[in-house]
Amino acid sequence: MDWIDVLLVVARVVAVFALLMGVCTLLVWFERKVVADMQNRVGPDRAGPWGILQTVADGVKLFFKEQVTPRKVELGLYLAAPMLAAVPAFLMFMVVPFGRPFTITLGGEERLVPLQGADLNVGLLYVLAMSSVAVYAVVLAGWSSGSKYPLLGGVRATAQAISYEAAMGLSLVPVVLFTGSMRISEIVAAQSSTLTFLGWNIGFPAWNVVVLAPSFLIFTISAVAETNRAPFDLVEAEQEIVGGFHTEYSGLRFALFFLAEYINMFTMSALAVTLFFGGWSGPAWDGVLPAAVSALLPTVWFFVKVLVFLFIFVWLRATLPRLRYDQLMTLGWKRLIPSSLVWLFFIGGALAVRRFGLPWS
Amino acid sequence: MELSDYLPIAVMFILASAFAGVSLVVSYLISYKRPTPEKLEPYECGIVTEAEPIQRFPVKFYLVAILFVIFDVEIVFLFAWASVFGELGWGGVAAVTVFTLMIVETLGYVWKRGALDWNVSRRARYRAAPPAEAAQEMAA
Repeated sequence: MDWIDVLLVVARVVAVFALLMGVCTLLVWFERKVVADMQNRVGPDRAGPWGILQTVADGVKLFFKEQVTPRKVELGLYLAAPMLAAVPAFLMFMVVPFGRPFTITLGGEERLVPLQGADLNVGLLYVLAMSSVAVYAVVLAGWSSGSKYPLLGGVRATAQAISYEAAMGLSLVPVVLFTGSMRISEIVAAQSSTLTFLGWNIGFPAWNVVVLAPSFLIFTISAVAETNRAPFDLVEAEQEIVGGFHTEYSGLRFALFFLAEYINMFTMSALAVTLFFGGWSGPAWDGVLPAAVSALLPTVWFFVKVLVFLFIFVWLRATLPRLRYDQLMTLGWKRLIPSSLVWLFFIGGALAVRRFGLPWS
Repeated sequence: MELSDYLPIAVMFILASAFAGVSLVVSYLISYKRPTPEKLEPYECGIVTEAEPIQRFPVKFYLVAILFVIFDVEIVFLFAWASVFGELGWGGVAAVTVFTLMIVETLGYVWKRGALDWNVSRRARYRAAPPAEAAQEMAA
């Protein structure tokens, strides 16, 4: 590893950072526009063409707004919480590959540049770890505000996040069982061929979702709950507990929570695509199209797939009413966790029979 | 495992922290500050704060947290097993089955005892229990 490699790493990280900031800006606009359409409104339309710069305008406004620090706060934790929300959100996306690796020649050497922040061998565990760290932000924000509504929002959010994290973790185990790796690039590679059914190649991509549909369902439901999005947005149920854990945050401190929420939403969509829908794999027509286009196409497939999921996220918010808290806990502990355990037994047994034959033979 | 795999993560950690920290500080420095006593009160829907904020909350949230720890440990072991699934063969499957069944038993017990029920008053919980068990619990 020489200095050019280090520079490449830094360039990659800056690219991921810029990507997340850009995606977040567009995503807020996209959500407002789509929800507006579903509710027969126009939505933002003043800043830039079709209001596309609305988020930038809001960001600039928040930047100049007063940061009120209420009297009762625990100052250290109160200030740490927004950072604890934003940093894991950026870190979590690092393991998601968003395009095909390519090679460039620098310093007289061919170097492989993966379009992925970091290809860890414990990729999936890292994702779960980062989503756990993000819970701290909510707990600390709620507790350190020294106010009723944030405290209630904080404990609610914690119980919700950890309940659904258990379900999410259990729904990811079959993915590791099936592909035999926790490394995310290998999970994508395992899905890049086409399916064979009864010895026939049926030409459909070998996406994990075909075999692991129950896992995918549990993962999607838990992902919506993990990101505290509607219909699981009890954390910030405006009618009951004002703004929830971020009631006492204003100005840019609030903006960081907001940023983190949208980045998490994007990361969860990207993970759903990567783990169950083949990630960036798709026809690249190498040799038919110019090399540059072929290299870029996988990234296009990735973003098209992610966009579908983001639309579903927004669609859910515009359609479904919020759950009651006891319904939320019932769904998490009495439905999702038992069903993911049953599914785990089933798929584990089936894969073991396929791999090792029947135990008594 | 190579430690250099984690270099991008470290770079991103520094970059994201710097972004969050610097923007917070700069925004704090250039934004105007006009604190008034009313503005600095904890938010209470616009009225004068009546009581100090409660610092206690229902114990069921703790119960959920403890249950989560059990399941999280379970998940960590399951991931470890799943990544060496091929090498362990049926022996590994059997071991994991026994281990998971123990967790399932825990879940069943907790479920039956009503720890997963929300919005149930204590009295209703005792009323639902069979008389012998309820008497035993009263004595305990």
